[in-house]
Amino acid sequence: MTRMEQKGNLERFSYDDAIVKKFTLATLLWAAVAFLVGIIIALEMAYPALNGGLKWITFGRLRPLHTNAAIFAFAGNAIFAGIYYSSQRLLKARMFSDKISQFHFWGWQSIIVAAALTLPFGLTQGKEYAELEWPIDIAIAVVWVAFGVNLLMTIVNRRVKHIYVAIWFYIATFITVAILHVVNSAAVPVSAFKSYSAYAGVSDALVQWWYGHNAVAFFLTTPFLGLMYYFIPKAVNRPVYSYRLSVIHFWTLVFLYIWAGPHHLLNTAVPDWAQTVGMVFSVMLWIPSWGGMINGLMTIRGAWDKLRTEPIVKFLALSATFYGMSTFEGPMLAIKSVNELGHYTDWIIAHVHAGALGWNGFLAFGMIYYLVPRLWRTELYSKRLANIHFWVATIGILLYVMSMYTSGITQGLMWREVDAAGKLAYPDFVQTVSRVIPLYWIRAVGGMVYLAGFLVMLFNIFKTISLAPQVQSDETEDECVPYIRKPLFSGELSFSHRVLEARPMVLAVLTAVAIGIGSLISFAPMLLSSSVVESNYHDAINKPYTPLQLAGRDIYVREGCYTCHSQMIRKTVGDVLRFGPASTIEESMYDHPFQWGSKRIGPDLARVGSKYPDLWHFRHMRNPSQVVNGSIMPTYGWLHQDRTDFAILKKKLSVMKMLGVPYGDEDVERAESWAKEEAASIAAGLRAEGADVKEDREIIALIAYLQRLGNPTRGGVK
Amino acid sequence: MSIIWFLVPAALLIGVGFLVLFIFAGYRGQFEDLETPAVRVLLEDQFKDEKENRK
Ligand code: HEC
Repeated sequence: MTRMEQKGNLERFSYDDAIVKKFTLATLLWAAVAFLVGIIIALEMAYPALNGGLKWITFGRLRPLHTNAAIFAFAGNAIFAGIYYSSQRLLKARMFSDKISQFHFWGWQSIIVAAALTLPFGLTQGKEYAELEWPIDIAIAVVWVAFGVNLLMTIVNRRVKHIYVAIWFYIATFITVAILHVVNSAAVPVSAFKSYSAYAGVSDALVQWWYGHNAVAFFLTTPFLGLMYYFIPKAVNRPVYSYRLSVIHFWTLVFLYIWAGPHHLLNTAVPDWAQTVGMVFSVMLWIPSWGGMINGLMTIRGAWDKLRTEPIVKFLALSATFYGMSTFEGPMLAIKSVNELGHYTDWIIAHVHAGALGWNGFLAFGMIYYLVPRLWRTELYSKRLANIHFWVATIGILLYVMSMYTSGITQGLMWREVDAAGKLAYPDFVQTVSRVIPLYWIRAVGGMVYLAGFLVMLFNIFKTISLAPQVQSDETEDECVPYIRKPLFSGELSFSHRVLEARPMVLAVLTAVAIGIGSLISFAPMLLSSSVVESNYHDAINKPYTPLQLAGRDIYVREGCYTCHSQMIRKTVGDVLRFGPASTIEESMYDHPFQWGSKRIGPDLARVGSKYPDLWHFRHMRNPSQVVNGSIMPTYGWLHQDRTDFAILKKKLSVMKMLGVPYGDEDVERAESWAKEEAASIAAGLRAEGADVKEDREIIALIAYLQRLGNPTRGGVK
Repeated sequence: MSIIWFLVPAALLIGVGFLVLFIFAGYRGQFEDLETPAVRVLLEDQFKDEKENRK
């Protein structure tokens, strides 16, 4: 015992385990949903007719539901369960407020339910992993801050001096996700469930991937690393291999991760220097990440026998291995030339699933197998079933990632292969689609096997809980001698004038902070008025969308076409040969939100305008495989029935104008009649060619938009 | 592209924020002992009811 501790008195206190139980059960529930939706969309890709022509379960609308459920519902609840369990024990303090814990739990579950009730209806902001509309975004911010307050105040109230490294990972998670979420979700509402991103085009892309990459970093990595540094030592009952290394791991990660975002935009219209920054930082990330992986695995040293017998240890060890794989693959994919091959292909899907199913999933499973017997004061019902789960899930992951690696590399090679004459070897995109469909089936099977393993776990956990003692307390008692905390700003540590002068380092840092805040404040006005932000490009020939095109664009966003189609032709030979001149920044300068996309299940659409007549799109959207043999694009029959909302266009244009899109006052005024005129002329053209269509149908607006892509002067303002 | 003028300072600010936290943690003695915390984690807490049973 140290001198300081002897001065204190032994204190007894209890931990709130009820909240951990709740988050644990929620994790299991949402995991089932996320996996199930994942399997449905995987099957829809192999067999598009599966959706039965129902708009609510079409691929483009379900895919965001799957990603949100996996990240925020499954991984989110797992993180919270682990954080609430480990923080109390590491800090020797009960969570700051039981009420806030309850608010956090129910608030988070309501957000998930709200997501499940809005995304299938096409209520989306159209930005990946940030699809939820603005009222839900506000709720997320509120609940997240409540969680942060709860965590930080528990740290303040702690009874041990040293803050264990896991807690640092949790702190970084809270702070960074809060900032990223607020910045990226900035939007101006048009109605209760429709808004336009505050940023446009390349700016929106940079903000989105700054967020997107750090969502992976600070939602799926740092909190899980914290959990790893707690649960691996606990599971093998040995101290972490090198505590010093874990501290270094933490601090290097937080300084490097923030800069890696642009690696999602390599070879695009984003300026080269920004791409290079993203690439360099991404490659640097490899080193601390592997330090962390080795640290996690080496913790098991001397207890290797447990790897053979203990399912918990198996899950945790394989999880750390997948962390190592993903953090090697990530930096590799961030190298421009590798990225040229891998970007937009299923390789990326393999990469994220190795991370999500292997790293996050296995860590969560291992943690739950550890937690449930402890929380419910019993033994695990069956170790054997847990072992079976482990092997089944591993086979599931292998089927999944192997098929997607094969598919991704096949796509990448086929897209860019040229013959001796320098022409594309596979000029029809659909040739490259048909080739990988067998692999889509294998992927779906892999997902089902993984789910099967999970169902074994559900059964095992259910049995464990139902066989647990009926009457039990939801509290765990502990005791310790609290350390005497020094007041934050007094005594030798005071940041008083004298100390500041005496410590040039502190002074320098504080100055840097001041400059940072200052520059932030001075740049904020620029942001708020994007007319200033994008003024450099206003002279370009690019004209804003006509109201009808805008209505069509909103349909494109609503249907999630961006989940299958990119709108960004890269500066690579393969892209330019196939889709035309590389996309420029100007072409998306009025795009709130941008729709560059990240995946090409179908071809790029940046220059699809004028490629086909209106009638082609009319028929193709109704039944793609009838027009293009072998297409796996879903049918969009409802667009031919549902009516365009013309009345809201005035409001939409006025919001766009506010965001800096150069519409005149009279453009806004006549938005509705103008759109109707344009729709009438398109519909008349279609009818002349024999199509049976009325001008107020959504398909007309969508065609207006599709024909505008790559034709910057088509339509436009007066 | 002018969004860079926001993103770069914002990212710098986050970095500087963590740097301050790092230095502050150092001053508060968080990095003095990097051996025992790893072991202390392993000391198990006890369940209320279990403990009573044992008495
Ligand atoms: C499940 C993925 C998927 C979704 C979602 C999807 N598409 Fe497609 N799309 C494809 C595939 C695959 C092709 C290539 C085969 C074909 O032409 O049908 C394609 C082709 C196209 C083409 C022809 C492009 C060309 O150059 O030949 C257009 C236009 C198109 N899609 C528009 C849309 C629109 C608009 C939406 C949203 C309402 C959408 N797609 C949603 C997969 C998808």
